[in-house]
Amino acid sequence: MAVSVSLNVNGKSVSREVEPRTLLVEFLREELGLTGTHVGCDTSQCGACVVHVDGKSVKACTMLAAQANGTSVLTIEGLAPNPEDLHPMQAAFRDNHGLQCGFCTPGMIMSAVDLLQHNADPSEQEVREWLEGNICRCTGYHNIVKAVLDAAGRMRGQPQAAE
Amino acid sequence: MADDGIGASITRKEDRRFLVGRGTYTDDINRPHQTYAAFVRSPHAHAGIRGIDTSAAESAPGVLAVLTGKDLADDGIGDLICGWLIHSRDGEPMKVGEYAVLAKDTVRFVGHHVAVVVAETLAEARDAAELVEVDYDVRPACIATATATANGQPQVHPEAPNNRAFDWELGDKAATDAAFENAHHVTKIDIVNNRLIPNAMEPRAAIGEYDFGTEDYTLYTTSQNPHVARLVLTAFVGIGAEHNMRVIAPDVGGGFGSKINIYPEETVCLWASKKVSRPVKWTGDRSESFMADTHGRDHVTTAELALDADGKMLGLRVHTFANIGAHLALFGSVTPTYLHGTLFSGQYVLPAIYVNLEAVYTHTAPVDAYRGAGRPETAYIVERIAEVAARELGMDSAEFRRRNFIQPDQFPYQTPVALTYDSGDYPAILDRALAMSDYDTFPQRRAESEAKGKLRGIGLSCYIEACGIAPSAVIGSLGAGVGLWESAKIRFNATGNVLVYTGAHSHGQGHETTFAQIISSHLGIPADHVEIVHGDTEKTPMGMGTYGSRSLAVGGSAIVKAAEKIVAKGTKIAAHLLEASEADIEFKDGAFTVAGTDRSTTIQEVAFAAYVPHNYPEDLEPGLEESAFYDPGNFTYPAGTHICEVEIDPDTGVVEIVNFTAVDDFGTVVNPMIVEGQVHGGIAQGVGQAMMENCVYDDDGALITGSYMDYCMPRAQDFPGFKVATTETPCPHNPLGVKGCGEAGAIAAPPAVMNAITDAIGTDMQMPATPLRVWQALQAKAPAMAAE
Repeated sequence: MAVSVSLNVNGKSVSREVEPRTLLVEFLREELGLTGTHVGCDTSQCGACVVHVDGKSVKACTMLAAQANGTSVLTIEGLAPNPEDLHPMQAAFRDNHGLQCGFCTPGMIMSAVDLLQHNADPSEQEVREWLEGNICRCTGYHNIVKAVLDAAGRMRGQPQAAE
Repeated sequence: MADDGIGASITRKEDRRFLVGRGTYTDDINRPHQTYAAFVRSPHAHAGIRGIDTSAAESAPGVLAVLTGKDLADDGIGDLICGWLIHSRDGEPMKVGEYAVLAKDTVRFVGHHVAVVVAETLAEARDAAELVEVDYDVRPACIATATATANGQPQVHPEAPNNRAFDWELGDKAATDAAFENAHHVTKIDIVNNRLIPNAMEPRAAIGEYDFGTEDYTLYTTSQNPHVARLVLTAFVGIGAEHNMRVIAPDVGGGFGSKINIYPEETVCLWASKKVSRPVKWTGDRSESFMADTHGRDHVTTAELALDADGKMLGLRVHTFANIGAHLALFGSVTPTYLHGTLFSGQYVLPAIYVNLEAVYTHTAPVDAYRGAGRPETAYIVERIAEVAARELGMDSAEFRRRNFIQPDQFPYQTPVALTYDSGDYPAILDRALAMSDYDTFPQRRAESEAKGKLRGIGLSCYIEACGIAPSAVIGSLGAGVGLWESAKIRFNATGNVLVYTGAHSHGQGHETTFAQIISSHLGIPADHVEIVHGDTEKTPMGMGTYGSRSLAVGGSAIVKAAEKIVAKGTKIAAHLLEASEADIEFKDGAFTVAGTDRSTTIQEVAFAAYVPHNYPEDLEPGLEESAFYDPGNFTYPAGTHICEVEIDPDTGVVEIVNFTAVDDFGTVVNPMIVEGQVHGGIAQGVGQAMMENCVYDDDGALITGSYMDYCMPRAQDFPGFKVATTETPCPHNPLGVKGCGEAGAIAAPPAVMNAITDAIGTDMQMPATPLRVWQALQAKAPAMAAE
């Protein structure tokens, strides 16, 4: 028994027949080949799978593909306006060495972008608290926090030096 | 000097693909017609297997095969191995129990691999795995480290009476006992180094693929050391032969030691791919990682330090039980021995040391290297006992350490536990860290905290580590099954850009950037024109992989050696092009110049001439490609001082790290930005061990901390920003002067944090210092305070 799912992913309409138990993250990775969204745990803790659904950050391992029917989904692959460029958050992660192995990075970036949608000028403490649902094992978060603050400055039109 | 060479904080070349979601991790790879594997795992820590009924699973939808240990045996597939042979102090070789790919007649830990289902889809494989009926004869389990050798404990392996794998010693027992007889004061502590689960964010995964046409195997796997995996899987486990096996470790999402071991899952995927004539893919979920990845640490120690009347260290005596779990994993025996016992001199003149370590089997997951691998356990003992000693003697912690430091003019320094430290300036590191942490004004901050009802403490950790384990002949004499050299191949293209093939493997360390910086400095090729190739046995020369902070010191040195060969050949070509004598050619900043003239040719022009050899020296081979293998003359010895300052709420036991300072001597620094990032990450893992992380099994061997709901991983809000700096005493024996930085934070941080917390609460306690435990420690101390 399959269910029909139609949604917009990174600006393109897609329709698929999937098993009802298909998770949104499985749909993105296996059906659409968008493997930038990662699976790092099985308890909705690590945040490697964060995408935006209708503009809000969501853990794609905690939502069925069927629940995303009719929504607009944005993944890390669609974040930058075109494939040649980097979104300011991606550029800030690069410039501040906010990634090492890169596995948590897409979820971390998608979560951080949503933070700035809520709060364009967060304090360091607010960044640290917002990222509670994203685990990184490599960076000690130091440079991730620096990158998010840097991106916030860039997106407000006030480029900050990377220290 | 090139602005993208050694010493420059250039941004990372590898970042772009990760930032835009185009990295290629093993689970991102799908092979045509692939099938999916799901493992049946033991729910019991210890049980006999009376029988396995696979019939229901075999007839389930989509199932292609249900395989057990018997099928492995029928195909002649052997057991997995430990790579280092340790001898006990009585001369006996270590007792090695069975490490079967799929359990034979006994399961030995929760999560132990019993059977595998291969099916058309992952869902079908998992559904069918639920239908495999295993008839278990459940037996009592041996779990606790400290009591594993006691009489009457359940036995893990018949080969190892009293669960003792080996009883190892290092140092001079008689001299150490004598030091204690002459001591003015003896400090004694009991220490538990808590068991950890590495938790690289990418779970392990594998795709095995057998080609009946070429009779070749291909393995895609999450490995830190693909060549070692190929060697073990072919030569020891018996799947194919080395020349018929290609191992690809693509982008790997962190390792921290847990991706060194050669595991059952990748072995099964390879073997099963031939059975079902299709690629077999397995991707571990996090629960499987918790249960069956190698764990870390898990030592129970008693340590004694003998001191004279001036507070000088006279001798150190250590006894440890080290839990190695149910199997000796690949580095499971060297981690608690030669990576551990050899560092007990710390940064100190410590004339007599004796270490005795009993490695014990238990019915728990195998324990192997985890970031620092043996050295964090040593630093924790040395720096905790140093701190307790200073307190007992009423001495300032910094002054006590300073009084005992090996002095800069004492290098090379021979310790009583085998190593010869090559370089260092420990007082300079300490001074810098004290200044950066405002150590002198701590009493003022403590008073301010006390005024608002909080406790405040400060803790030092002056650690040493040893990286780049070598030379191969020495480690061979100590029991290593391999050499620990590294390889590099530099290939110039005709258009003047460069490919570098390395046997090291990057899984977050930034090799694609730092190795390119070496090429920039040594050959004058911009880092942007250099591509680093790693992680594929068919592309790169044989190499030993990445662990133990070895890649730059050993792999980077191999690149320098290959670059020297490039310059040597380029000099011959340039001499011909410039119509000069070879002896007159100088190479600098990417140009060959006739000394004392302005006649010059670039290395790119030389490369073009080498591939289009129309005007070329007679008797010289065309092409510009050179390889080198580098076997170091000694370990390297990074060292540092980390200082942690905490504030504690006595009503809740919540510890806040208010300041963390790290000053490290890594020798020459190639990319300061990347080095700082490595230090940050190491500190976070060290703080995680000290304050949050703890792997817990219950008495029956059930894994209590089997998910992120129960195993506390450090989050962003658990840390302040870190203050980090480096000092530099170059390593004298490798061509880059580098020492290694990957593990320092994880080694240094736990004692710094615990020294700070115990300073604040005024009583000793074990890791992890969770709010509950800190509160309990304060409550336990309260009656004593009331009685004072």
